[in-house]
Amino acid sequence: MAPVDVRRFKLWQDRIDTEVEIAGSGPPLVYLHGPWGLAPDRAFVARLADGHRVFAPKFPGTSAGDPDSVHALGGWHDLVVYYGELLDKLELNSPALVGHSFGALLAAEFAAAAPRAVSRLILIDPVGLWRDDHPVQNWMLLSDAARKPSLFADPDGEAARRFFDVPADPAARVDVLSQFIWAQACTGKFVWPVADRGLRRRIHRIAAPTLIVWGNADGIVAPVYAQEFAQRIAGAKVELIDHAGHLPQLEQQQRAVAAIAKFLRG
Amino acid sequence: MKVCMFHLMPYRGLPPDFDQRYKSAYIDPLWFDVADAEKVGEYYDATLDELLFAAKSGFHGLCTNQHHQNVYGFMANPSIMAAVLAKQTNGQNVAIVQLGSTLPSTTPPTRIAEEYAMLDCISGGRLVAGFPTGLPSDATISNGVVPIEQRERYREALALVIKAWSAREIFAWNGKHYQLGMVNLWPRPIQQPHPPIWIPGSGISGTAEFVVGEDHCFCHLSYYGAKNAKQVNDRYWDLVARKGRDDNPYRFSFLQLIGVAPTDAEAEDLYAEHAEYFFHKLLYTPPYYQAIPGCLEYEALRQALHHNPRAEVKLRELKAKDFFQRGFVVVGSPKTVREQLLDGIKGLRMGHLLALLHFGSMPTELCKSNIDLFAREVLPYLKDQWDDKYEDRWWPERLKAKRPAAARLAESAAAS
Repeated sequence: MAPVDVRRFKLWQDRIDTEVEIAGSGPPLVYLHGPWGLAPDRAFVARLADGHRVFAPKFPGTSAGDPDSVHALGGWHDLVVYYGELLDKLELNSPALVGHSFGALLAAEFAAAAPRAVSRLILIDPVGLWRDDHPVQNWMLLSDAARKPSLFADPDGEAARRFFDVPADPAARVDVLSQFIWAQACTGKFVWPVADRGLRRRIHRIAAPTLIVWGNADGIVAPVYAQEFAQRIAGAKVELIDHAGHLPQLEQQQRAVAAIAKFLRG
Repeated sequence: MKVCMFHLMPYRGLPPDFDQRYKSAYIDPLWFDVADAEKVGEYYDATLDELLFAAKSGFHGLCTNQHHQNVYGFMANPSIMAAVLAKQTNGQNVAIVQLGSTLPSTTPPTRIAEEYAMLDCISGGRLVAGFPTGLPSDATISNGVVPIEQRERYREALALVIKAWSAREIFAWNGKHYQLGMVNLWPRPIQQPHPPIWIPGSGISGTAEFVVGEDHCFCHLSYYGAKNAKQVNDRYWDLVARKGRDDNPYRFSFLQLIGVAPTDAEAEDLYAEHAEYFFHKLLYTPPYYQAIPGCLEYEALRQALHHNPRAEVKLRELKAKDFFQRGFVVVGSPKTVREQLLDGIKGLRMGHLLALLHFGSMPTELCKSNIDLFAREVLPYLKDQWDDKYEDRWWPERLKAKRPAAARLAESAAAS
């Protein structure tokens, strides 16, 4: 596994600290994590680093010691401009952009706002569109009983167990849980109470070749949304993954990585 | 010492299997499955009657509050209730204590500034302006407030309201969450620069810091009784001392469920089913509707993860006798009740007792007899507490000099 270099940047008039985990070598790829923070995705990110130089920034407010910086962003316009500043800081010119769930919505918004700044776009179970007949579940309001079956095809499987695993040590437990909850709070700021902020009006601007990956058993955003995205992005390809819920990159990691690698090579 | 009658206005006639059918008193119960609008009309009417009866009986204040989408209490707009109370109590020396309208849920918040100013005018300067942040589910689910913005919005809204009440000139408000080009509020409150401000909280976090910092009155709205409030209370008075504020008990209000009857045995018998109804049906809210990510600021979240004593209380496993023995509800004869209350009042340094004399499924006759007995045989023994040494700086000026006439009557009746 490629060694990970963690770098910390001060951005947004020095009001936001952002840690970026960097690994691998090859063409640049930026990974935008979902509502639960970067921690659950590290193994997946490591796989992406096989053949790419991967940059995985933490969402504003989720870098160590800087929880309130999320308040420095007023809304979606700020957020998209902030990510432009981050990519400039990283000196990335037209990287591939991969996002999951909320991070995939962010990737789509960025690619629509700056079509030439993204070489390829990969959206894994994105939120951001809405159908009244398939309302997107609010992942911040799930009961303990509903959480596992909503997120995982196999609620008792290894991926689910690892995702919800909490250390026995009390201090470590507080660290893990507070990051897990606070990451939802920070990302939730931009999609509460309904994860539709008008991407539908802007999505036609996406120009990068796009792959849409979806877990066939997604209990948060139903797989019918794969077509909703695909029909609005010119030339988009869809890869549905069986035996995977809202986090196919964790539950069927091998297949998700293979589909992404093939698309990036093509 | 001031004693105010607090009312939640719950749904009093839930089906017996309600707690099996629903996992929550909030959000989930379906109106057409469990409720009846005709009955609800009767409940609102009875609630107003009970509060007005408390005013006539000599209570110092009447408290309303705001909640949404639940069976636990649904004064969806407390100003509507208070308008009736303010009008009907004109000429009586009783405060209208709004505890109150939830600022982050109302846009623009000047709407609340206007409603409160109307209430202060209608009541002749008897308003206490309470400003709760609102329960997480009320603000974020019922009113769509972004969880991580709830407290930020609250602080900005309160600053706007206070400025709007007393500004001499028209001003523009260019805030983060609210923008208004020309603010020139009509009407303004009689009490200038603002009515007394009370702010509820359930623990000591950023809100309590803010309340003490601004020298407002902090209201600990606990349903677990004075007996179980020592830890929060100690932290409150530590905070007060740390911020260099005085130890005036009137800067602290506390809510207590109370049931009075002629004897201890009668009281336990009369109030048992209503206590169980309250704690088993009305108060039952699962954590996923209250511990919503973002509603606690980061440091408070970490504190709560370290230790949350409430998480250890399993309400549905407790019976009425447990609620009584553990002090969640103070029940008994007038003598028992006043002794227990005085212990709590002195122990917590409580200046305002918010007496929840209606709880659960209590019918109006029982509530009124509770109010009556309390006013005649408990209140006279509490009211002189603190007044020899402390002035209530968080009370309407016009009510300070006078003691409610009915309380004086009750006092002389008790003495004779």
